[in-house]
Amino acid sequence: MSQWVIKGLRTGVKSTRYPRAEETAAGISPGLPTAATLPLEVAQSLVARCPADALELAPAGVDVNLRRCIHCFRCVRGTNSPLGWEHSYEWATAVSGGNDQKRQFGPAFDRSVHILVVDTGDCGACLNEVRQLNNPYYNMHRLGFFLTPTPRHADVLLVVGALTDHMRVPLRKAYDAMPSPKRVVAVGACALSGGIFGRSFMCAGGVAELLPVDVEVPGDPPPPLAILHGLLVAVGRKPPARLHRAVSDSVGNASG
Amino acid sequence: MFSDLHYSFGGLVVEQLTRWELRYVFYGGPGAGWLHVLTHLAPSDYRVPSVSRLVHAADWHEREVEDLFGLVFEGHPRLGDFVLHDDAWHEGVAPMRKSFDGRQPVTHRAPDQNWKPRQIVEEAGAFLMPIGPIYATATGPVHFQLETVGEDVIRVQPRLFYAYRGLEKIAEGRRAEDVLLIAERISATSAFAHSLAVCQAVERICHMEVPPRARALRIFVAEFERLRHHVAAIEGICESTGLAVAAAQASILEEDLLRLSCVLTGHRYLFGLGTFGGLTINLDDSACNRAAAQVREVAEKLSRLERMLSISSSFLDRLEEVGHVSAGEAGDFGLVGPIARASGVSRDMRKAQPYSGYDQIEFEVPHESEGDGYARLRMFFREAAQSVRIISTVGQAVPGGQVRAPEVSFRPGAALGWVEAPRGAALHWIRLGEDGVVDRYRIITPSFANWHGFRLAAENFAFQDFPIILATFALSVHENDR
Repeated sequence: MSQWVIKGLRTGVKSTRYPRAEETAAGISPGLPTAATLPLEVAQSLVARCPADALELAPAGVDVNLRRCIHCFRCVRGTNSPLGWEHSYEWATAVSGGNDQKRQFGPAFDRSVHILVVDTGDCGACLNEVRQLNNPYYNMHRLGFFLTPTPRHADVLLVVGALTDHMRVPLRKAYDAMPSPKRVVAVGACALSGGIFGRSFMCAGGVAELLPVDVEVPGDPPPPLAILHGLLVAVGRKPPARLHRAVSDSVGNASG
Repeated sequence: MFSDLHYSFGGLVVEQLTRWELRYVFYGGPGAGWLHVLTHLAPSDYRVPSVSRLVHAADWHEREVEDLFGLVFEGHPRLGDFVLHDDAWHEGVAPMRKSFDGRQPVTHRAPDQNWKPRQIVEEAGAFLMPIGPIYATATGPVHFQLETVGEDVIRVQPRLFYAYRGLEKIAEGRRAEDVLLIAERISATSAFAHSLAVCQAVERICHMEVPPRARALRIFVAEFERLRHHVAAIEGICESTGLAVAAAQASILEEDLLRLSCVLTGHRYLFGLGTFGGLTINLDDSACNRAAAQVREVAEKLSRLERMLSISSSFLDRLEEVGHVSAGEAGDFGLVGPIARASGVSRDMRKAQPYSGYDQIEFEVPHESEGDGYARLRMFFREAAQSVRIISTVGQAVPGGQVRAPEVSFRPGAALGWVEAPRGAALHWIRLGEDGVVDRYRIITPSFANWHGFRLAAENFAFQDFPIILATFALSVHENDR
C-alpha cells in the first residue's frame, strides 16, 4: 500500500489559506447580484425578471435579499442589465434570535466542534457542497470541524433542504437528542426560505418553521467557503455578513 | 412481449384530462422509435389492471400512481406506503389529482412518533436493522430496513421519499420557464441533463429550431456533467472501502471540475445555463478549448488513479463478486445507465434515441458483463474516458452562429423529452396549456429505476458489504424522490 502514501505526499498541500487569508482561486463561488441605484422603470423590469423574489424595489433602485437568491442569472443575462455581480463568499449571517446566552459556545468549542448534517429535502447541491468541505482544498478538520453521524456527539446541527413533511419528525428527534449548548446552521436558499420549492403541501418553506436557527448561509447552493464561513460565525470566530444588500449601503461592499 | 421486440419500458405517465389517460412509454434501440401504449378510464373510475407481473419495471410506477392519484392497480402485490408515508398521511389523500391544491399546507394527522418498520424474516436469529433517514455523515435522507441472519443481509427494503418535494405537483400552473428552474433542482449532480430534457420537450411542442452551435455546446456541457458525476461516484466507492488517499485524489478532481464549471458557466452545478432554444450564455471557442484542455488533464490523473486502484488488492477484494446483478435481473427491473451496462444491458439514450446531434459524434458505449461492484467501478472509469473523448471532439469544432433561438412563442400541446443523464435514461413529459403554463409535468428519473433494483445487489451479501454496494450504485435520493 506504500504507493498510496507516496501518491498522497506527491500531491502536496492543496488546502486554502482561508480564513487566515482571502481565497482567490477561480470558480469557488457563483456570486450574487449587487444592489444598484436605478431609475424606477429599469428597477421594476428587473424585479419582474426575478423568479425568486430576491430583488426588491427600493426608493432609489433595487435591493437584494440574499436569502432568496437562487443564482438563476435572469437579472443579468440576455439583457443589458445594470446590475453588478459580486464574487464573494462570506455570506453567512447570525440571526438575532441566536443571541440567547444558553446557546453560546464557550472557549471549549474553539478547536473542536462536531457537526451533524441533516438533509431535509434539497436537490443534493447543498449536501454535495457540505461534502466538499472534507476534500483537501477546504479540509475543515484543520479548523477543528468534524462531521459526526450521531446527534449525541453533535454541537452544531447543519440543516439543508426545504423541510419536507416526511423529515419533520426525524429532524425534531435529532435536534432533541443533541446535548446543550447546541446551535443550528441553516444552509442554502431552501433551508432559509423554501427556495424554488417554496411553501407547499410537502415543503414547510424553511427550517425556521420547526427549529430556532442561529446562523443562516444563503446561496443555491452556497459554495463550500460560504458554508465554512457559516460554521466560523456559529462558533464566533468570524464576524457575520448582512443578508439584505440595500442601495442605501455602500454598494458593492462584498463583506457587508 | 416488449422485451422480445427489444423495446424497454421507459415509464408510466398518468394524466387527468377529461378522462384518465395512462400512457405506458416504451423505447426501442437504434432505428426503432418510441411506443406509447394508452389506456383510458372514465373520470369516476379508479381501477386499472396491473401490468407489473408482465413488465416488472412498471412495479414502482404503479405504486407511485396509486399513492399520488388514488388509482388502484388490480393484481399488484404491494400497494400503499410508498411516496406518502403511512405514518404521516391519511389514506385517501391523492395530491396529484387536479382537485387537490398543492400550494396549501395539508392538515393531516400528527405523524406517528413511534413508527417502526415491520419485520418480515422470521427465521431463528433473524434481526431487523433500521438505518436512517439520518445516517452516516452528509447523506441524502433514506431509511433502510436490513433484515439479517448472522452476518448476511437477507432482505433489503429501502424506504424512500423523505426528500419528496412534490415537484410534479408544484410545477402545475407555473410558467414553463419556471419549471426549468425546478428541473435543474431535481438532482443537482445531473441538473443540466434534466433541464436539457425539459428544453427538448418544450422545443418539440413549440416547433423550435435549436441553432447548431447550441446543440454542440449542449453536448459539451452534458458530457462535462457526466464526467463530474462519474468522478464523484468513483470517490464514493473509494471512500466506502476506506481507501482515504484514493478518495481524496478523486475529490480533488471533483472540486477541480466544479470550479471549472463555475469558470465556464458561472455556476458550480450548471444552474441557469439551459433555456428553450439554446443556452443562456455563449461559451466562446477559446473558453471551450481551455476547458477541454483542463478536462484532458483531469482524464490523465483519472487513468493514473484507475491503474493504482487496479493493483490495490485489498480494495479489489471488497468489490469483486460483491453486489452481483445478472443481465436478466437488470433487464427485468428496468435498470438504466452505467449500472445496467455493468451487467451487460447496453441501453443508452444517446445511441438508442439520439438527440442534440449525438448521432453525428463518434463515441462508444462501453459495457461489462460481470455485474459486480468492480464492473460498476470500471464502467464509471470507462464512461468518463468516453465523455472526455466527446468533450475533446466537440470542443475542437463548435459551429459558429447564434447560441439561442429567437424568443419562444408557446403553443398548447404535450411532448416527451429524453436524455441520457449521468445515471441513465431520464424522461420528461410536459403538457403546456395556453401561454406556456404547465398543465402536467411528469419526471421519470434514472435513480427511480435503479433504486427499484438496488435490493437485488444488496441481498444475500454480508452486512459489512452493504455500504460498498450502495456506493457502487451511485444512487441519488433526490433524483428518486423528486
